[in-house]
Amino acid sequence: MSEAVVTLHFSVDGEDFTSAGQASVQVKKSLRQLGISPEIIRKVSIAMYEGEINMVIHAGGGEADVLIYEDHIEIRLDDHGPGIANIEMAMQEGWSTAPDNIRSLGFGAGMGLPNMKRYTDEMKINSVLGEGTHIVMKVNL
Amino acid sequence: MKIRQIQELLDAEIVCGDDHLDREVYSACGSDMMSDVLAYVKDQAVLLTGLVNTQVVRTAEMMDMVCIVFVRSKVPTQEMLDLAKENDMVLLKTKKRMYEACGKLYAGGLVGNKTAK
Ligand SMILES: Nc1ncnc2c1ncn2[C@@H]1O[C@H](COP(=O)(O)OP(=O)(O)OP(=O)(O)O)[C@@H](O)[C@H]1O
Ligand SMILES: [Mg+2]
Repeated sequence: MSEAVVTLHFSVDGEDFTSAGQASVQVKKSLRQLGISPEIIRKVSIAMYEGEINMVIHAGGGEADVLIYEDHIEIRLDDHGPGIANIEMAMQEGWSTAPDNIRSLGFGAGMGLPNMKRYTDEMKINSVLGEGTHIVMKVNL
Repeated sequence: MKIRQIQELLDAEIVCGDDHLDREVYSACGSDMMSDVLAYVKDQAVLLTGLVNTQVVRTAEMMDMVCIVFVRSKVPTQEMLDLAKENDMVLLKTKKRMYEACGKLYAGGLVGNKTAK
């Protein structure tokens, strides 16, 4: 595969709900500067935002990388959280383990992972209980 | 519908963004669950919500939304105001509850949306 043209790296702070989403905001700005179409920017930033929020509320933070290639954009999310016990279940709309305090913040509808799939052309989840979760998403240009 | 009409229909107070009231909007979405909002995609949408925290504005930003209406007189924080201004968004505040606010806008011609794809 050809080399990524642009790479962006972010640390996602698991302690700070208020600042969650800042990496996605930054990605949105960078893609805009690169002249990527608004449609693609929206897909990438929504998918990344959902993933970023998940790392904050379910996994205590993590790392995010965005790699921009000639023909696609790749989003990589890596955390060392509790892992996902049943990925098939987690991918279903409405399935969530979020506690009430998270719901009162507006998250826990169980729509995040389905949205990530909806807005990307490819999505792979690799998760090991007690070790962490790694997600790779691709959006074609 | 212009944002100005939304403000009139909902008898809403303008919290910020009064120089963008003539913007046209074509669709709206009412929810307190942000991922529900993110499942619906369409240009120029309006978000009605009873939820008050910075992620509401970020969600709207990710969706390229131009207006957020806070129902039941919920007051956005200074941080939310700053984020909204940065993104040229209009923030409105109405005494009406979610059901009535959505109903008024729908009846006024601002329809909802289908799920993306
Ligand atoms: N990075 C992660 N680490 C551990 N568990 C996760 C992670 N991401 C998702 N999960 C698990 O998968 C479930 C479904 O995730 P999803 O994003 O679809 O919904 P949610 O985050 O609970 O709610 P919403 O995204 O609608 O606000 C979560 O409730 C959680 O149990
Ligand atoms: Mg989620």
